[in-house]
Amino acid sequence: MYKLNDRDEKYVNGITIADVIKEKKFTYKKLIVKVNGKFVDPINYDNYIIRDGDDVKIHHLLAGG
Amino acid sequence: MKLLAEYKYNPTEIVKGYNDRSLKIDISDLAISEKEIPQQMKEKFIGGKGFGLRYLWDAVTPETKWNSPENEIVISSGPVGGITQYPGSGKSLVVSLTPLNDTPMDSNVGGHFGPLLKFAGFDALEIIGKSAKELIVYIDGNENIVKIFESDIDKIDSHELSEELTDRFAADEIDKRNYSIVSTGSAARYSNVAMLNFTFYDVKRQKVRLKQAGRGGIGRVFNDKGLKALVVKYAGVKSDLNNPANIAKINRAGIRIHKEINRFDTAQNNMRKIGTANIIEVMNDYDLLPTHNFKFGAHEDVKYIESKVFIEKYITQDVPDGCWHGCSLSCAKAADDFEIMTGPYKGQKVIVDGPEYENAAALGSNIGIFCPRTILELNFYCDTYGIDTISFGTMVAFAMECYESGIYTKEDTNGLELNFGNIPHTLELIHQIASGEGFGKIVGMGVKYMKKYFIKNFNADPEFMFDIGMEQKGLEYSEYLSKESLAQQGGYGLTNKGPQHDEAWLIFMDMVNNQIPTFEDKAEALHYFPMFRTWFGLVGLCKLPWNDITPQSNATSKEPAKMPEHVQNYVDIYNGVTGKDVTIHDMIKESERVYNFQRIFNIRMGYGKRINDKTPYRSMGPVTEEEYLSRQDRYDKQLEELVGFDVSKSTQEKMKALREYRENQYELLTDAVYKRRGWSKNGVPTIEKLKDLEMDLPELIEVVKEHL
Repeated sequence: MYKLNDRDEKYVNGITIADVIKEKKFTYKKLIVKVNGKFVDPINYDNYIIRDGDDVKIHHLLAGG
Repeated sequence: MKLLAEYKYNPTEIVKGYNDRSLKIDISDLAISEKEIPQQMKEKFIGGKGFGLRYLWDAVTPETKWNSPENEIVISSGPVGGITQYPGSGKSLVVSLTPLNDTPMDSNVGGHFGPLLKFAGFDALEIIGKSAKELIVYIDGNENIVKIFESDIDKIDSHELSEELTDRFAADEIDKRNYSIVSTGSAARYSNVAMLNFTFYDVKRQKVRLKQAGRGGIGRVFNDKGLKALVVKYAGVKSDLNNPANIAKINRAGIRIHKEINRFDTAQNNMRKIGTANIIEVMNDYDLLPTHNFKFGAHEDVKYIESKVFIEKYITQDVPDGCWHGCSLSCAKAADDFEIMTGPYKGQKVIVDGPEYENAAALGSNIGIFCPRTILELNFYCDTYGIDTISFGTMVAFAMECYESGIYTKEDTNGLELNFGNIPHTLELIHQIASGEGFGKIVGMGVKYMKKYFIKNFNADPEFMFDIGMEQKGLEYSEYLSKESLAQQGGYGLTNKGPQHDEAWLIFMDMVNNQIPTFEDKAEALHYFPMFRTWFGLVGLCKLPWNDITPQSNATSKEPAKMPEHVQNYVDIYNGVTGKDVTIHDMIKESERVYNFQRIFNIRMGYGKRINDKTPYRSMGPVTEEEYLSRQDRYDKQLEELVGFDVSKSTQEKMKALREYRENQYELLTDAVYKRRGWSKNGVPTIEKLKDLEMDLPELIEVVKEHL
């Protein structure tokens, strides 16, 4: 298990931030990603492997007109 | 045109964002006068919609209706309005009693009118009275004269009328940029959702462009008063006309955000290329794009109306395009030489401003239309006829669902078949709304009116009408699906003027990010964001540069949803213009004063309490089996996990259980929000709260004490 935005998600070995964004269809561009409270730069989404038990936050910065 | 009255005034110099003077015109007896704006009014109401609400309160009584002569239309920008250093600084706020339910309505709009009015010498314009003649009010800020003419112009729709007035008043092509015109269109004679168009002259295209004060039917009030148009002229706009207290502070904030927009916009929202329409496909991806009267949040045909279709095939400009000087976010967009296929302008090639996201959703997915040409044609006709695009979409979607539900048939519509996606009949409907003919006359009155009409004339089930009629406080919902976000249900329902997303847009914070899981969290968001957003409408600013571009620092900020770096920019430009020394907390308090004033104004007019904050169930959950079954996995899972309900039961039983749960959640949210806002359980601001805000004005205490 790992947490995604404080909700339980089944852990898949080797899953990256980019995989989560794709699987969850997070198509909006303005995202802020943090793992265990630490900011993850977008250039590292493809390579950043999530570990079992991680606390992942993928926050969308969309607040309407 | 025949001159009926004129009034010379002395020029003033704006000091720290204020003229300290407003203009009042009583068109019943053609009386033109000036009013001093006292210091206390500036302190408590700031400007913009604050001034509008204050003047309107003083003008009306609890018995006043939208079409009473004493109802006013007030237009005001605000102390920051008109600066050119920071993007989005040219807004006007329009306030009046709405024909939808005779309560105060506010609507914000771009274009040049508000800033030019201020540079002409007035912080606000009040129009009161009614005229049997069609009048044109002209304010010349260079000659310092106000004139009232009897109109001799037969053109009625905004795109033609504003072009003609610009041609008539301007001395030459170069002079046209100095004018802005307010008008409405032919629908304003009949429709409760008629809006106002504010112009700016597009120097590059050499054409008049239209921006809309869309919400709440103020165009109908304008027409009912006998107003044909308001014209303002001011030549000589420059960056320091507000005589700001500290221009360097404003300049620094402006440079920061201009650089940011230049660096990041293309990779972020692409506002300069497509404006707010960038989120059409995003809303679809997250199941938030209203489809078929808000039944669903996505549709497989969205690919035909996604933003790139408009960029590649219709939007014709090559350069960024803003509605006030210095706006580098430049979200205005237009399709040039667009050929009209139906109606009175069939065959003409016109300019269409848009589409905005709201237009694409309202004129597209929500009424089952996935044809970009039709969306643009409806966009053009809504604008020039003076119809609010959002209300058009939501009221037509309601009419379509009622038609498809068998509540009425084509025998009742003289042949109109209002199925979702029926393009020719939707176009015919908009022409009927504008001419006040046929079934269009009924639809054009809005959802609230239609609900009553369908119950009375077609024997429609009142409960079903309440459930699917997407209006509250008379105003049609704007175009986002709120079913899966309790906070956004409150963002729509727990508002002053009704379900317009300009108070709070919390869907992603709530539904996707899960940042506000508890009632207290949601209540805090439904306090902070509505108050912060209210502030834009007090000072004359657009909200888009706050959150449609994100600074680099946001990634590591404590509260990224608030965009702290941009908030600091706003603190800086506000202090820079006015010479104040306020913090964000002070700004929130300033907004709270006006927000509570507006709430009490609603109560004074017979609305504004808990019963008026109830929302149609379509905004909370699935009304029909079709909706439930379309998202059955989601709803079943929620019933099991949140309610502990046995999902092997029938769909009807599950729908009932889900409804009970969701309606109860909304009531609990309402309790939490009222508590956070300092209101009673019935939604009435308490006297303690008013004292805390230094708003314990006798006229407010007199209203609330009867309801506490």
